[in-house]
Amino acid sequence: MTAAAEQGGRGAATARDVGRALRSAESLNAVLHWSQELLDAEGARVDAMAAPGSLAGMPIAVKDNIVTVEQPTTCASRILEGYVSPYTATAVNRLRDAGAIVAAKTNLDEFAMGSSTEHSAWGRVKHPLDPDRVPGGSSGGSAALVAAGVVPAALGSETGGSVRQPASFCGVVGVKPSYGRVSRYGLVAFGSSLDAISVFGRTVDHASRVLAAMSGPDPLDATTVDRPPMRVPEPLPDLRGLRIGLPQEYFPDDLHPGVAAAMERVKDRIRELGAELREVSLPHSAYAVPTYYIVAPAEAAANLARYDGVRYGPRKVGPEGDFRAVYRATRGEGFGPEVRRRILVGTYVLSAGYYDAYYTKAQQARALIADDFRRGFDSGLDFLLTPTTPTPAFRAGEKTEDPVAMYLADIFVCAVNLSGLPALSLPVGRSEGLPVGAQLIAPFFGEERLLAAAATLERVIAADAEVR
Amino acid sequence: MAWETVIGLEVHVQLRTRTKMFCACRTSFGDPPNSNVCPVCLGLPGALPVPNAEAIRLAARAAMALGCTVHETSVFARKNYFYPDLPKGYQISQFDRPLATGGSVAFESPERGRVEVGITRLHVEEDAGKLLHDRFPAKTAVDLNRAGIPLAEIVSEPDLRSPAEARAYLTTLRQILVYAGVSECSMEQGSLRVDANLSIRRAGDTRLGTKTEVKNMNSFANVERALEAERARQAALVEAGERVHQVTLLFNAGTGQLKPIRSKQESHDYRYFPDPDLPPLVLAPGWIAEQRAALPELPDARRSRLERSFGIPAYDARVITSEAPLAGYFEAVVAAGVEPKTAANWVMGDVMTSFNEAGSFPVPAARLAALVGLVRDGVVSHQAAKRVYGEMAQLSDGDPRAVAERLGLVQVSDQGALAGWVDEVLSAHPAEVARFRGGETKLMGFFVGQVMKRSQGKADPKGVQPVLQTRLK
Repeated sequence: MTAAAEQGGRGAATARDVGRALRSAESLNAVLHWSQELLDAEGARVDAMAAPGSLAGMPIAVKDNIVTVEQPTTCASRILEGYVSPYTATAVNRLRDAGAIVAAKTNLDEFAMGSSTEHSAWGRVKHPLDPDRVPGGSSGGSAALVAAGVVPAALGSETGGSVRQPASFCGVVGVKPSYGRVSRYGLVAFGSSLDAISVFGRTVDHASRVLAAMSGPDPLDATTVDRPPMRVPEPLPDLRGLRIGLPQEYFPDDLHPGVAAAMERVKDRIRELGAELREVSLPHSAYAVPTYYIVAPAEAAANLARYDGVRYGPRKVGPEGDFRAVYRATRGEGFGPEVRRRILVGTYVLSAGYYDAYYTKAQQARALIADDFRRGFDSGLDFLLTPTTPTPAFRAGEKTEDPVAMYLADIFVCAVNLSGLPALSLPVGRSEGLPVGAQLIAPFFGEERLLAAAATLERVIAADAEVR
Repeated sequence: MAWETVIGLEVHVQLRTRTKMFCACRTSFGDPPNSNVCPVCLGLPGALPVPNAEAIRLAARAAMALGCTVHETSVFARKNYFYPDLPKGYQISQFDRPLATGGSVAFESPERGRVEVGITRLHVEEDAGKLLHDRFPAKTAVDLNRAGIPLAEIVSEPDLRSPAEARAYLTTLRQILVYAGVSECSMEQGSLRVDANLSIRRAGDTRLGTKTEVKNMNSFANVERALEAERARQAALVEAGERVHQVTLLFNAGTGQLKPIRSKQESHDYRYFPDPDLPPLVLAPGWIAEQRAALPELPDARRSRLERSFGIPAYDARVITSEAPLAGYFEAVVAAGVEPKTAANWVMGDVMTSFNEAGSFPVPAARLAALVGLVRDGVVSHQAAKRVYGEMAQLSDGDPRAVAERLGLVQVSDQGALAGWVDEVLSAHPAEVARFRGGETKLMGFFVGQVMKRSQGKADPKGVQPVLQTRLK
């Protein structure tokens, strides 16, 4: 039997199964675009492939801020309503070449700005375990689909924790690669120096395989790093010889008790596997959130300037009738309140007279935050272990009126983006039925060891078990 | 009141690349609107810029030709503003860390002799698109073929002191950039654009006056005209006791008028910051040295070398080196054995005329050298040689002797034939013969001229005189 025949019809069958699962998960509002027709075409395409790749037949959902020619790409924003990209993102092309089936485009916080997937122009995404709660964000749609078992893996994007945080809330694996490991070509830019296409997986292995397939330099993205693609690592027999740092700033006294208990259990398992745990300090991580909320909006303000109604997207004409009126009306009506807030902040921190006080200061803080990590790894640490989030998933509406409270949901994940490091969130237990995630952070381009260690840990942790 | 004019120029030149600054779109001029566009230069969601290495090379070369220091590290920055011809809502440029700084251009000022103008900086950036207002009634169209075209912006110090001097500087700058092979520098095709800053002050003042910016000048002559107009406008204002306001003015070449477009008070805050899509541009010292070594000889150096090694007059050297191909042609003609001054005369005459018409050399240097050889050997006269050259240019080749023979321009030195023409002339002018014989020997020139005329220029003048002498004894 030829390889193709051996695989025959698997894609088509998967396409039908995924279609059924998508229909039954409709109430989550996790999906913005999908059709059975496109799914079937994807299945047929994979079945027709001469050599089944490393992802042969794996259905993968894609966050709707990653462009694909088959479906619209809206970033959950009215300003891109109906927009269809004439080209496909490098990462998606690579997954399809490896045999993956693009299953659906998933809901998100508008332009990936948010931590709960409540800021979508097409309504909030519901947590698969509790519809009154949020799945986290901004990649909440992708997280929810993986958690609901609709797809084994999904693409999200991170600017400040937008995959690890929802992975933690939803009880799935979330991996953010090193900056420059995966091409950003085709990822709609939010904060370009922070943005990273990232992965959700039902297991570490799913996430590893997807990440490996799309990693590697891309001539279309000048910020990709010229190193060979990642390989899928084998789990280790144990964690002997590894030194794992526990940054004290990430274990505050007021940490949610369920999260604290889950972390204690993880530490026990790590010790049992033979690794050494060591308390360390990352003093500048305290500035991560404020630093992030200067750098990211500054870049966003410029990145979102292109949505002006001139070349694509719905164009609104203001009463004055001149082109400035087009800008005002198109952007005023097209962007939601959170996006407008960040554009205003970003414009402000870059404006003459404020640049040094904000942007320059933030860049200095960013360098100090990254230095903390470098020092830690230089001192012999292999990884850092922290909780991914301060609490399990919160209730919908709980933080929408208080942007700062919302921003603090990312307090443990932001510093990693500012430093460009790879990190992941691993489900490590449940608190009152809600998943809790632990974060492992690795040195730059240390993904293979990071994923190997996570896979090892994954085998000994009962992620679905209550911790107290 | 004596006013001193202070002018600084910002010159944008299009770098001579096949593709755009940050994408693979073609840079060709005059294609149908929006035919050379892609996701990157359209600013589509998710698209990213990748720098064009050839553009960087040409910009570095331009900087070296202008004596600038090329920095090992420079940084691309986003210049933020909204305009329908700017697809991303920002232009990728360079701001506080430009590619190169601190050069100079020496040129011949019409008023002050040799002048050196400081070059503040040279940086790389992308061009914007173009708004077309006359394409559809009551609508504005956007053509993005130009969006992303690679440019070098060359900023001069405020070292120029008159509109005529500004023009002379531009002529020299253009010459250097064309020599260096970095740009076509054609204002008609938009590959060279000039913005000028002008202020006036009392002669002797050291403080600068309030400057205005003048834009939209489509030729060097119009730069001079526009700056003349602006100088006069400012002087009139100040003399009337008013103040000059910081404005940007558009020059209308048709009316010669300047029209303000916006005052600086409401000017943009461009909110420059480093472009996170582009890592700092790092050039290895070895690469910079290589580029420096590959720099061709520049007009100034070539001029003095031609003067020195060929002994031609300074004026000739200046004319011949005004364009690199002309100087190259001159050197080829000399190398083919022609005496330098003779070669210079040819190049400044018929050669330059045909080069300016055709943009190339219809007669190869070796053929011209052969033609000059025919003159030297008395085969054709100088006058006849010019006709032979014209014919060769038409044919765009042809052996000069064959052409001269075909045109019947080969000089006749055959004694019999010469004697025939001489006899005809002498018998037609008995009075002059008598006067000559009576001692008016200066009539010899007259007889030679008459023989040449009668022979239709074919008689060899050197052979005519001995025959005349014999017959007039």
